[in-house]
Parts: sequence; C-alpha cells; structure tokens
Amino acid sequence: MAKVKGVIIVDKEKCKGCELCIHACPTSVISMSGEVNAKGYHFACMKNPDACTGCTNCAIVCPDGVIMVYREKKV
Amino acid sequence: MDKTIVKAGNLVYRRTPVMNDNVMHYCPGCGHGTVHRLIAEVIEEMDIQSETIGIAPVGCSVLIYNYLEIDMQEAAHGRAPALATAAKRLMPEKYVFTYQGDGDLAAIGTAETIHAANRGEDISVFFINNGIYGMTGGQMAPTTLPGMVSSTSPYGRDIKMMGNPLKITELVARLPGAYFVTRQAVHTPSSVRKAKKAIRRAFENQTHKKGLSLVEIVSNCNSGWKMTPVEANKWMVDNMFPFYPPGDIKLNGKLVNKEKE
Repeated sequence: MAKVKGVIIVDKEKCKGCELCIHACPTSVISMSGEVNAKGYHFACMKNPDACTGCTNCAIVCPDGVIMVYREKKV
Repeated sequence: MDKTIVKAGNLVYRRTPVMNDNVMHYCPGCGHGTVHRLIAEVIEEMDIQSETIGIAPVGCSVLIYNYLEIDMQEAAHGRAPALATAAKRLMPEKYVFTYQGDGDLAAIGTAETIHAANRGEDISVFFINNGIYGMTGGQMAPTTLPGMVSSTSPYGRDIKMMGNPLKITELVARLPGAYFVTRQAVHTPSSVRKAKKAIRRAFENQTHKKGLSLVEIVSNCNSGWKMTPVEANKWMVDNMFPFYPPGDIKLNGKLVNKEKE
C-alpha cells in the first residue's frame, strides 16, 4: 500500500518555541529541541520523523511561519 | 528523517513570498502572526500583490508594514477605516484593507468603524479581538469579558462599575452598509483554514462593490493574559467563545439568524 511520508523543515533561528505546532500535530511528530537558538528559545524539531504524513497542520498554525513541509507518496 | 523527500517537487507548504524575511516582533504564539500570514497567502493566491493597499493600526500590529510586501499606510489611532475610505475612493480598482486590534477598532475608532460600515465602503476590515490592550500592558478594553482580569481591572471586570463589553461585530452586522460580517479564530488547523476562507471572501467582495466586509478574529494575548500560548488558546476557547461565538453573522448582506440554531 502506498504510504504518504512527510518531512518538516523548521527555521531554527526564527522559531520562538510557542509549542502550538506540537498540539496541532495529529501524529505526535514534533517536540521541542533540548538546544536553544540565538534568541534563547527552544525550537521545534522532529522527534518521531517516521510518523510524519506531511499534513501541514503544524505549518498552518505556526504564528511565525517558520515551518516548510515536504510530502511524498512512497510505494 | 528521510532526506530524499526534501526536494522541490514535494514541497507542499512554504512561507508565502508576500511576507518578507523579517522576524516578527510578536510574542511567541501570538495570533497576529498567523493572521498576517493568512492575509499574505490570500493576496498571493488572488495574485493581487501589486493592487493591494493595507492600512496599519496603532497597537501591537502597527508594524504589520514591516512584514507584508505590499503598499501600506499607517493611520492615526482608530482612523484606519477613514483612511481606507479615502484610499478606496481615490483608487477604486485597488483592494484596500484595514488591520485593527480591539483597542483600535472598538475603542478609539468606534465612530470611524461604524460610519465606514454604514456608508457601505467597499473595503475589508480585519479585526483582531483579544479582549485587552496588548501593547500597552494588558489594560481593560471595551471588549474585555465580564469578570476578566486585566491590569486595570485586577479583581475582574465589574459590569456595575465598568460597564458592559462591546460586541462591535454584531453592531456592525446590523448596519445596512455591511455586506459580509463573520467571526473566526486561528487556534487550531481547522479554524485557521476557515479564517483563511473568510479573509479570501472579504477580499473577493471588494470586486462586487456591495459594501463593507468585516472579519473578526478572536485571538489570544498570552503575555497580557499571563499564560503560556497553549494555555491561552484553551482559555480563549473556554471563556472567549461563549461570549464571542465563532461563525458567520452576516452573509451576502443578510443576517444569519442564530436563534434558530
């Protein structure tokens, strides 16, 4: 069965760590990084990348628009 | 992470080029950023970047002109609908919108808002309602809920002393010049999608020349409310939505009757 796989790319330096994307993600892919960016915020990263379906929910709730989403159908 | 997926053909979501690369000054989790992006995306989809004029308010979102790559003009506090009226009348072929907070639109700018709507100006008004004056330190606004704590109502808003909250969106909806009036939110993916449709409709209505479109976005102010962004959104659903219920109030010039629901 074809499976839809996704990848998100977070702009680390612009992420403010509001965590809204974590709650928007239906497959619990995202968590906050242990590291901080230049502004001192923990930034969003893929904790569980295999579960990402590229649904774009995280990207559309992101107030700062820092998430890019790629999606591909894997056979 | 499967790096092979990351290639141009698989890109399904990216920041719209109508927004520039400046880092927004808003607090983490603020709804302003989301609404800015939705407006920018609608402008990109309708391909009207060179034909759009935005009017900036006074408040946190005064710096919207630093983030959107369109022509923008800053108005005096609350006077954005008056300035938008001038811009639209001088250049009727342009798409003119105002972007205002509740302190701007519902307090000092009440007269401009109501008269612009009553005259039936062909402009779009985007109204961000978070129930307080966010930029100046979370003071009580006309839209503050009964019992809601703000920096100038530390024991909660007392209706007897401080008066009732103003539902300006419902007020505008009853005016004959208002063509499309709706209330939306941007706290979940589905609400963001609905809000985007409403914003698109507000822009499209300008081509019909039937009257003013007002889109209220009930939003959070996590700094002003002293909560984390996620808590603020939950508080908004629990407290703001019963008083400011999301949904269409006036569609195509006809009031949507809520009592029947």
